Amino acid sequence: MSTPFYVSPEQVMKDKSDYARKGIARGRSVLTLAYADGILFAGENPSNALHKISEIYDRIAFAAVGKYNEFENLRLAGVRYADLRGYQYDRRDVTSRGLANAYAQTLGTIFTESGKPYEVELVVAEVGQRAADDQLYRLTYDGSVAEEHGFVVMGGNSEPISTFVKERHDPTAPLEVAVRLAREALSTAPDGSTRTISADDLEAAVLDRTRPRRAFQRLVGPRLERLLGPALDGTGTGADTAPTDASSAGTGTTEPTPETPTA
Amino acid sequence: MHGRLPAHFTAPGSASFTEFLGLAAPDLLPSRRQLPPGVIDAPHGTTIVAVVHASGVVMAGDRRATMGNVIAQRDIEKVFPADDYSVVGIAGTAGLAIEMVKLFQVELEHFEKLEGHVLSLDGKANRLTSMIRGNLGMAMQGLAVVPLFAGYDLDGAVGRIFSYDVTGGRYEEHSFHSVGSGSTFARSALKKRYRDGVTEAEAVRLAIDALYDAADDDSATGGPDLSRKIWPVVMSVTDEGARRLPDDEVGAVVQTVVDERMVQPGG
Repeated sequence: MSTPFYVSPEQVMKDKSDYARKGIARGRSVLTLAYADGILFAGENPSNALHKISEIYDRIAFAAVGKYNEFENLRLAGVRYADLRGYQYDRRDVTSRGLANAYAQTLGTIFTESGKPYEVELVVAEVGQRAADDQLYRLTYDGSVAEEHGFVVMGGNSEPISTFVKERHDPTAPLEVAVRLAREALSTAPDGSTRTISADDLEAAVLDRTRPRRAFQRLVGPRLERLLGPALDGTGTGADTAPTDASSAGTGTTEPTPETPTA
Repeated sequence: MHGRLPAHFTAPGSASFTEFLGLAAPDLLPSRRQLPPGVIDAPHGTTIVAVVHASGVVMAGDRRATMGNVIAQRDIEKVFPADDYSVVGIAGTAGLAIEMVKLFQVELEHFEKLEGHVLSLDGKANRLTSMIRGNLGMAMQGLAVVPLFAGYDLDGAVGRIFSYDVTGGRYEEHSFHSVGSGSTFARSALKKRYRDGVTEAEAVRLAIDALYDAADDDSATGGPDLSRKIWPVVMSVTDEGARRLPDDEVGAVVQTVVDERMVQPGG
């Protein structure tokens, strides 16, 4: 008769954490950051159908990295939780705090009770009437919740992106500045080199506090291209090339070229 | 919420909020409700009209709810946006009808969020069918709900109207339709005045004229309340979406209709 090996609880938890972290680190990053009129989400995602960023409720959105089937599962749960609560009580009674709690409990239970933890990291964001009322929650695979301010970076390459954004982020900047900063940040590789993510490969959406009921809106197609402005050449001289391109294009560009974040 | 979200929250498959509600909170589903025998008196909503026009469809409803011979409410709203491109108006037992509309609105938005695309106009009309069918038991006890559904069909680029009977029968109407106690009079009025290809403004005028005629002959339909400035609720759906016409815009049309009726009561 064989006796099973004894594994300490600490070791079990550590193994699960390592497993989840490795899974998350394989995925591309998603960036959430505040701008003047709300909250911007952006991530590199070649698929137009399998989203990492989604609407949950009137003022609440969700962004995730990691294993698609797992966070998609949580997204469904979030929409159902929010719609049920709004139907039972009132639309105003659906809050990101409640949703973050439900997610935390769910992720925590899965982490401790099931053999395989979810390899996901989530952001639950809510826009308020004023920027001071905005809420950002980051949830990790083990059910920990942290309330964040300003911006959150999740996914494999989060360290360099985080450093990049920290130095340049201005929560009172207009949307086009935030979108350009997001693309530049996401283009930063771990070794410090940069490449340019095309508009097609960028999944972006906003929670715009100025919209009447449903604040969530995807930024796609021509609008996203307009916000991104002329493509950066990847050497960090975007600020110089942008106005030149606009003027050489003649009367085609009618929108004023806003200041590019200092690169 | 204690512990993890129950399994039906994360179960993949259905994008229907009603189905989910049946698992998560079945007592909230109108169709699961058991009614004791007997008849109760509850407020009833009355007349709704819808008119197709060149760029979409207009729906209007009077503001009266009645309970027997009593006016239960003089400023009730009976026309609602269902989603960005459709509207729903209700006649029948007001409390149940408003609950049905609320569930229908969540149903459409829920599908859109889960699936990432909007239901077709026919799909939306069919969802409403099943909700009416769920109310059949109550309808047999005198608590019927009869909605009128209209929307802009983005595929065909036209405004369309769907009517229902209490058993959930769904019928597509052409040009115009009306439901509720004053509908016979409203429909006759529309039959005489409607012309193909009317503009949005003309359709609004036709709808308000029809409601005036309904109120003229049906005691349960409220006429324009000039002293309190309570005007019909008018919603228009075009390729730009559904919008409720502001009160001053509706008020101006109502005033014109009333002024003309002063001279020619039959319109």
